[in-house]
Amino acid sequence: MIRERYLNLIILAGLVIVPAYALMVDEPFTITLATKVVILALAGVGLNLALGQGGLVSFGHAAYFGIGGYTMGILASHAQNYTPLMTSPFLIEGTNSMPVIWLVAVVVSALLALLIGALSLRTSGVYFIMVTLAFGQMLYYFAISWPAYGGEDGLSIYVRNQFPGVNTLVPIQFYGLCFAILLIVLFLVDRLNKSPFGLALDGAHQNEERALTVGINVYRLRLVAFVISGAITGLAGALFADLNRFVSPVMFDWHTSGQIMIFIILGGVARLFGPIVGAALYILLEHFLGGLSEYWFIYLGAILLFVVLFAKGGIVGGLSKKEMSHGG
Amino acid sequence: MSVILLIEQILNGLQFGVMLFLMAAGLTLIFGVMGLINLAHGSLYMVGAFVAAAVAAWSGSFLLALAASLVAAAMFGALIELTVIRRLYARDHLDQVLATFALILIFSEATRWVFGSFPLFLDTPAWLSGTVILPFGIQYSAYRLAIIIVGLVVALGLFLLITRTRVGMRIRAGDSDREMIAALGVDISVLYTLVFALGAALAGLSGALVGAIQSVEVGMGEPVLILAFVVIVIGGIGSIKGALLGAILVGLTDTLGRTLLPVLLSTVMDASAATAVGSALASMLIYILMAGVLLFKPTGLFGTA
Amino acid sequence: MADSILDVVDVHKSFGALKASDGISLTLKPGEIHALIGPNGAGKSTLIKQIAGGLQPDEGAVKFLGQDITGKTTAQRAQLGLGRTFQISALAMGFTVLENVVLGAIGQSGSVFRFFSPAMKDRALLDRARNALERVGLSDRETTITSELSHGQRRQLEVAVALTLAPKAFLMDEPMAGLGAEGSRELTGFLRTLKSEAPILLVEHDMDAVFALADRISVLVYGKIIATGSVDDIRNNAEVKTAYLGEEDAA
Repeated sequence: MIRERYLNLIILAGLVIVPAYALMVDEPFTITLATKVVILALAGVGLNLALGQGGLVSFGHAAYFGIGGYTMGILASHAQNYTPLMTSPFLIEGTNSMPVIWLVAVVVSALLALLIGALSLRTSGVYFIMVTLAFGQMLYYFAISWPAYGGEDGLSIYVRNQFPGVNTLVPIQFYGLCFAILLIVLFLVDRLNKSPFGLALDGAHQNEERALTVGINVYRLRLVAFVISGAITGLAGALFADLNRFVSPVMFDWHTSGQIMIFIILGGVARLFGPIVGAALYILLEHFLGGLSEYWFIYLGAILLFVVLFAKGGIVGGLSKKEMSHGG
Repeated sequence: MSVILLIEQILNGLQFGVMLFLMAAGLTLIFGVMGLINLAHGSLYMVGAFVAAAVAAWSGSFLLALAASLVAAAMFGALIELTVIRRLYARDHLDQVLATFALILIFSEATRWVFGSFPLFLDTPAWLSGTVILPFGIQYSAYRLAIIIVGLVVALGLFLLITRTRVGMRIRAGDSDREMIAALGVDISVLYTLVFALGAALAGLSGALVGAIQSVEVGMGEPVLILAFVVIVIGGIGSIKGALLGAILVGLTDTLGRTLLPVLLSTVMDASAATAVGSALASMLIYILMAGVLLFKPTGLFGTA
Repeated sequence: MADSILDVVDVHKSFGALKASDGISLTLKPGEIHALIGPNGAGKSTLIKQIAGGLQPDEGAVKFLGQDITGKTTAQRAQLGLGRTFQISALAMGFTVLENVVLGAIGQSGSVFRFFSPAMKDRALLDRARNALERVGLSDRETTITSELSHGQRRQLEVAVALTLAPKAFLMDEPMAGLGAEGSRELTGFLRTLKSEAPILLVEHDMDAVFALADRISVLVYGKIIATGSVDDIRNNAEVKTAYLGEEDAA
């Protein structure tokens, strides 16, 4: 057993060394895989805030992942076609600037999370799971049947969006951007977990009655957590769309929600770095098992089943002792 | 739109609703009795459809295919209850969701492995393939009408089972009462396996019946599963009555929305835009219905706690 | 300000045909311990929920510090200074003892929506939390995980969390439950010192503790208060004897 923070350092080191090595031996595909890990981990970090820290089992985080992706797709497609997004009441043009796209993606997914959260948090337990799943699916069907942005076929963006001073088409540079964002978000989420807000969120998860009777408005607390969670996952969606230069309704699909959840459970629920380990493991499994067998989902299902039934705590939980949750 | 077409759409909505009820009834029963959320319920629906298609192709008998789908789904249900599900009763909902999601992955891929990726087809039997003439001269598919009747008969049967029989009494008993029953020496785990198998059989039957209208393919259970969740949220968890009402509401809303919205919208915009906006809106309609119920009754129409 | 801290005014609550609260009125005055006793099923829990929040009366009102709080949520009532302890310990079991009281301090200070400063390094929160721990005698248990506390220590922690609210009144649901004779005696002594700070509405099964502590006692039977008075009044009340003490004797 090692301390969680040393394990975290090892994980971070891996995220630096693997792409650096791939760069040296000229394996751009490995860098792309690493980029995918980092982006999916970011989506998981978002969900983990609601699910791990807050105990809010959202089965609809694909909604934010997808809306983030479509934010990028829509803004960039208007920029690439030189058509304005809308002309009245005021002119909004598309853009291929990453910072602008990220900002819009965060705001749009936060607003969506506010709307869905405000309704879903009226319920709890199993209702909450089903309601979030249903709202996620609503967006999936909407994306399929709305023809303006490709409908079922999705939307291709031919050139990767731009970031000042970075050549985003070079895999390692785009990786660096994504990794930097992940680090910033990890730092912020870590601060958040230790703040009065994070303590209250965790406290309300452990004992809602207690939080209420010390005067905490649990509904509002959870709604704020849910919005932040959705915004982070939405940002990940925008990055994911940029990585693939393609968005489609699949990003909204409930399997995507399930996948993001799997990252968390494989890595370790409520562990800051859990989603990174989970996403890395997932991508590795996909890569190697997917290469071995067309039916690799059977193996993924079996592994997931094993972890849930017998290895609660995931990999981070298995390798490190729980440290004081809010200490230090 | 003519009245006759409208009535036909209402019947279609009813047929859809009845199918959803067969799914939702099992889900809500399993949740009500064991406190378990079972995502793999859609897989049992798929199992029912595949077994029916395979048996029908082999024997040529539709009724035999239906019977086989019931038995196979019940057996699969009992099998996963005994091996996996019963380990989950005492777990939290997150574990239940993840474990049953894992079962979906396994079931779907295993089915793809056995049957391939191409859809199978299940033909409606000759004796139900035509149309029947209903009062007021309405022509309607005999098969769909049969589905409605089967669904309503099953609903009635469930009500009788739960209100009139000893097993039903145990199903209705609350958790604490059930502990009492267990203390009296009744084997509760057998009851749990039975309830799970019953729910699975209903899902399998539903899959087989729908299989003759749509194609039988991997993943066919998932959209239905999520709609069944919407039904349960609207009706209230644990309530069979709520499941029936919710299912019919959802079935009608969805079917009529898809037909009527584009027509209604075409009065205010041009036809192609009306079709596009109408179909996009129609696909969201039942979720908006769900949101409305949540605003006024967060525990569903017949839900309690 | 009214001369009573808490007023329950003619509260009614029915569940179907069962009248759980059938026109209950009671008051809690400054400096007193007012004990609420009654046989099982008398409607004590229902009444407590209506006072603390979480259950709306069908009729009647609950007033706190002269203000009608009937329509307020549990959290709002706590913010106003209604400190509550539970029959079955309601604590964040995975938290350390200190984290549990800091949670109370966060609720009291309204600092829930502070996102960046670490809670466990916040001087004001820690001072308030440690002060409460010291008063109940749990200072040496700060870093213990709550689930590892003994039953009696959890009781003490419950009271400490309530103390962080600097409450204007306490609502205590069977604080003695599960405590041994020794623990019961200690807590009794502590509650006696506490009442001068804020009055206590005490729901308790332990008759020795009630008779030793209470300034006034109300007896609730089938949703009605059949008697209110001093310890002696209640001891000598014939109706109470048959309805309640008689039953105890028989048992």
